[in-house]
Amino acid sequence: MLTKRIIPCLDVKDGRVVKGTHFIDIKDAGDPVELAEYYDKEGADELVFLDITASLEKRKTIIELVEKTASKVFIPFTVGGGIGSIEEIKEILRAGADKVSINTQAVRNPSLVREASRVFGSQCIVIAIDAKWDEDMNGWRVYINGGTKPTNLEAVAWAKEVERLGAGEILLTSIDTDGTQEGYDIKLTRAVAEVVNIPVIASGGAGRLEHIRDVLKDGKASAALIASLLHYKKHTIREIKEYLKKEGIPVRL
Amino acid sequence: MITIIDYGAGNLFSVRKALEYFDAKVIVSDNPTDILKAEGLVLPGVGAFGWGMNLLEEKKLCRAIREAVDKGTPLLGVCLGLQLLFEESEESPNVRGLGIINGKVRKLQTSLPLPHIGWNQVKILRDTPIFKGIKTESFFYFVHSYYGEPIDEELVCGETNYGITFPSAICQNNIFAVQFHPEKSGKEGLKIYKNFLGIIYGDNTSY
Repeated sequence: MLTKRIIPCLDVKDGRVVKGTHFIDIKDAGDPVELAEYYDKEGADELVFLDITASLEKRKTIIELVEKTASKVFIPFTVGGGIGSIEEIKEILRAGADKVSINTQAVRNPSLVREASRVFGSQCIVIAIDAKWDEDMNGWRVYINGGTKPTNLEAVAWAKEVERLGAGEILLTSIDTDGTQEGYDIKLTRAVAEVVNIPVIASGGAGRLEHIRDVLKDGKASAALIASLLHYKKHTIREIKEYLKKEGIPVRL
Repeated sequence: MITIIDYGAGNLFSVRKALEYFDAKVIVSDNPTDILKAEGLVLPGVGAFGWGMNLLEEKKLCRAIREAVDKGTPLLGVCLGLQLLFEESEESPNVRGLGIINGKVRKLQTSLPLPHIGWNQVKILRDTPIFKGIKTESFFYFVHSYYGEPIDEELVCGETNYGITFPSAICQNNIFAVQFHPEKSGKEGLKIYKNFLGIIYGDNTSY
């Protein structure tokens, strides 16, 4: 049986792991390669590196970090942040990453999603969607540039569209819950997971074990992205997985 | 020396690192000579069947691979590398595969989401050196929508369920092929590479 995945997320800035609350107010939480190795040994199913400031500062992602990680870590990992061309994707995959996550550039240039999935295969193209509830829209509005810039896109419709364009997975972050540690946005996650046939990775808000269970069960997510809860050693991956197993959710232990 | 066959398909770096983890001497090459003189071959790959075969043909590697396999060089096929060993694939109907394993690559017929991405279990069906020290139902990392189905069912040494049960590990004499990614499957995955090196060099020797 396919298991639900637990994915530590390493938000990286200037070569260090950071985690912001609502994408602002950043704290330092460690060396990314060391943390990656640690989480691999701990039983993480995958890793995600997000260069959170990349879109804003137009910075290229961190090839050196990818190479170092790929030399020491033998589980899949995804790299995202400011990726905007086929050439960049190729470079990152060549350096040892398994998948790239594209956010802002997918909105600006949807044909990039189609082209990238055609060239590299859907399996390595993750589309990241940052969304926030919007009363006027009566839905979740998609934001770009690290959650700072609103678009005219509605998240559920955009998720369907990126699937059609060839995305292999959706990394869905709720701006409303991100950094709050008060639980994932179950409604948003479920709304997206129910309309697409590709895996949805839920992100933003994990603070307790129950939150992870809820988003995997009620939110219908295939995977849960976790940052602070792990980085500050509130729980270990083993504790999370043992809890989920007890709750009847299939995990790799 | 192990040659990782570089026909232009994706993630060779992690395959290389997994072998080097056990201090194996590894080269990544698209040169037929390096394929013929290798003590072991890895055919890796991520991507579409037709695309992969076109690259192998463009680089004139097909004949060298068949020749090396015929003279007994151990070969490990990984993911698309497994599929390319077959005669044909539903993914690319008009493209001929390497034809080293008789059978066809089929699309996973399941109502579950495709590609099949994530950690799934492999039920070991028969004792083979590539699974030495690995328990049945161990977890490995999968990323694919197609699987190889050999005509000779006896060749299937591991199977996995994802809506349907499909062959996930195949052994044919000196050929070992897995649909999952051992280089991305943590500790259990690294054992596959260790076992492959053991098959080539014997256990407990240096590589």
